[in-house]
Amino acid sequence: MMNSSMLLSITTFVYAFASVLYIGAWTFKKEILAKLGMAVLVLGFASNTAGIGLRWIESYQMGYGHAPFSNMYESLVFFSWTVAALYIFVEFKYRERIIGVFATPLIFLAIAYASLSPNIADKITPLIPALKSNWLIGHVITCFLGYAGFAVAFGFSIMYLVKPENKDDHGLRSRLPSLAVIDELTYQMVMFGFLFLTIGIITGAVWANSAWGTYWSWDPKETWSLITWLIYATLLHLRMVRGWHGKQIAWVSILGFMAVLFTYFGVNLLPGLHSYA
Amino acid sequence: MNKKASNQGPLNRVWMFFCSVKLTVVILLSLAFTSVIGTLIPQNASGAFYLQKYGQGWNEVFKALDIVDMYNAWWFLLLLGLLVVNIVVCSIERLGYTWKIIFPKKVVFRLERFQRLKHKETFSCDNSPDDLVSRYEVFLKKRVGKVTRETTDTGTALFAETGRWTRIGVYVVHLSIILLLVGAVLGSLWGFKGHVSIPEGQTTDVVELKQGAHEHLTLDFSIRCNTFDVSFYDTGAPNEFKSNITLLEKGEEVLTCDILVNHPLRYKGISLYQSNYGTASAKNVTLAITSRGSGMVYQKLLEFNQPVDLPENRGQFIMERFASGYNFRGHNLGEAFVGKVISPDTTETSVIIPLKFPTFDKMRGGQLIFAVENFEKQYYTGLQVNKDPGVWCVYAGFILMIIGCWVTFFMSHQSYCVEIRNPDGTNTLVEVSAIANRNAQSLKLKTARLASTMKELKS
Ligand code: HEM
Repeated sequence: MMNSSMLLSITTFVYAFASVLYIGAWTFKKEILAKLGMAVLVLGFASNTAGIGLRWIESYQMGYGHAPFSNMYESLVFFSWTVAALYIFVEFKYRERIIGVFATPLIFLAIAYASLSPNIADKITPLIPALKSNWLIGHVITCFLGYAGFAVAFGFSIMYLVKPENKDDHGLRSRLPSLAVIDELTYQMVMFGFLFLTIGIITGAVWANSAWGTYWSWDPKETWSLITWLIYATLLHLRMVRGWHGKQIAWVSILGFMAVLFTYFGVNLLPGLHSYA
Repeated sequence: MNKKASNQGPLNRVWMFFCSVKLTVVILLSLAFTSVIGTLIPQNASGAFYLQKYGQGWNEVFKALDIVDMYNAWWFLLLLGLLVVNIVVCSIERLGYTWKIIFPKKVVFRLERFQRLKHKETFSCDNSPDDLVSRYEVFLKKRVGKVTRETTDTGTALFAETGRWTRIGVYVVHLSIILLLVGAVLGSLWGFKGHVSIPEGQTTDVVELKQGAHEHLTLDFSIRCNTFDVSFYDTGAPNEFKSNITLLEKGEEVLTCDILVNHPLRYKGISLYQSNYGTASAKNVTLAITSRGSGMVYQKLLEFNQPVDLPENRGQFIMERFASGYNFRGHNLGEAFVGKVISPDTTETSVIIPLKFPTFDKMRGGQLIFAVENFEKQYYTGLQVNKDPGVWCVYAGFILMIIGCWVTFFMSHQSYCVEIRNPDGTNTLVEVSAIANRNAQSLKLKTARLASTMKELKS
């Protein structure tokens, strides 16, 4: 009988294969490999979705009955899912294929870390009373959509910095989409991420108010998500008001993503309420 | 802006200082970086903690800069204040200008602006210009908005626009930030955060405001805890905490209900939240008394502070209290019963029975060894008691912020121009171009889609 952990382990390998295809498409300049990469990515996304759904059902069968967003393993799996969903959407909307080179590895890395790291338990555990709230689902989904936007923006920023500005360079790196397109995509992804991080912080605040009676208590995870928010708010002003573009924005976006990573992983090293995810 | 800059009074210089987006960037980044400090250094811990962990020197620095409560420190609040002034000044400076764009006396389209654009969608077809003009007029009205028609030197131009109002989006976002901060100030000025611990069956109306600081507040109603229940999963992890509460006003019961985590009770602007619990005391305690001499074990059911006669004529025993953390020569023994033996010659010996160490009393070396065989826990419930009259303001800010961000990011003020010309009398040339105040990329895609639909529409 297939269980969710097995299905998600398989998903890891499917995502790995998709990344390899994208990297191949870029290295060998074969459009067909990128097309294949997208097909494999969609397949991985389907099994990722099934894995999350199955895990949800399993938690009901075990009598705990909660959405699969409650620990590090589940959140990483969901992170892969959101980045994959967003990336698939972007590729279809903007019709640029090679851009998957820097986004698909992130999808693979997150789920690989969840499946393979010995520090991360994939057992389904019951929820502590504070987490039993409908706000949990809304809060986690919106936060992760935000993180996904920033992750894809990060991939694009790296791509921007890697691409040579010199038009005569015909090496590997010049095969990436035009700088203007990458720049625009980075900015779009940051806006998407910012909107959802904003909603994520807000749902978290409303939830905290209904569970503990304060909408803001400067707990380290809260504070770090605010720090992330402030960095991206700065990016938006630099872009919209001061006209920053290209490399400058790429660096700010990378800085912002470092803050996202710290909010996600680093904060668990600090004490606080949020230490579950 | 230039008008003001030429008139360089000191007041104007202050005004210009607050007008700059550079200042915004500096403040936002300062807030981000200083906020990090409070996540690395634990906040609001005891003085002894800082002294022990960081040493004398750092402790002085922390005290001087209010690092131990940095999110309420004067310099942090000052940064937030500067942010508000910055937003207000900027908005005053810009809003008038934006307002005129949003509500113009007359909407004018300037053909040259569109003609100068590099990017245009162009196609040709063999319909007559008049036919196309009337078709596209209907089409644009449906797809974009009100259409203005103009005859040009070479043919006809149709203009349509949409989303003029979206220019207000940024101001909505900035207003929302002000609402959040005003809400926070309202809450800290006229609200409170407190805590009560009520043993089952008892009533209180006194709220402790700061743990250990002996600041109290008396509510104008009182809270009785009827029962407290905790249930566990089979893994041993807690499943649910539930307090059954009755509120009383002037001794009369007004309301009885359950409070659970995530299900607070709100009454007269005051909210009661389940926050913690513990063992306050015990009832139906069964004492097991083992005699060293005879090896006999006697059982006694007892109540607190009611003397019971001891077997083998060894006097009386009084169970005095239940301690949730008993301190024995510097060691915390955890939950323990505390009582005393009064021997027939009236000397008293105290007896400690920790739950974790059932044979502890053997060490006392008395003739009788006391242990607790059975008891029922009597819980206390810990409730957070809060009042925050600023919450509605904060929530209004939340809603406006989401709406404002959505409008600013994904909507824009777009103007479209469709030029229809027939230069050589056979083929009609159609040019579609567009201008928007942001999101150039998505405008390009949208214009392309619009043009391809228009091309289909021709027959
Ligand atoms: C975090 C607190 C924020 C502060 C202190 C702040 C402050 C400012 C200031 C002072 C300006 C320049 C004056 C003006 O044009 O009105 C400005 C402009 C702007 N801000 Fe913000 N802002 C904040 C958050 C945001 C957010 C979250 C957004 C995203 C929707 C945003 C979007 C904009 C835009 C688009 C402009 C340009 C306005 C224009 O084109 O006229 N701001 N901001």
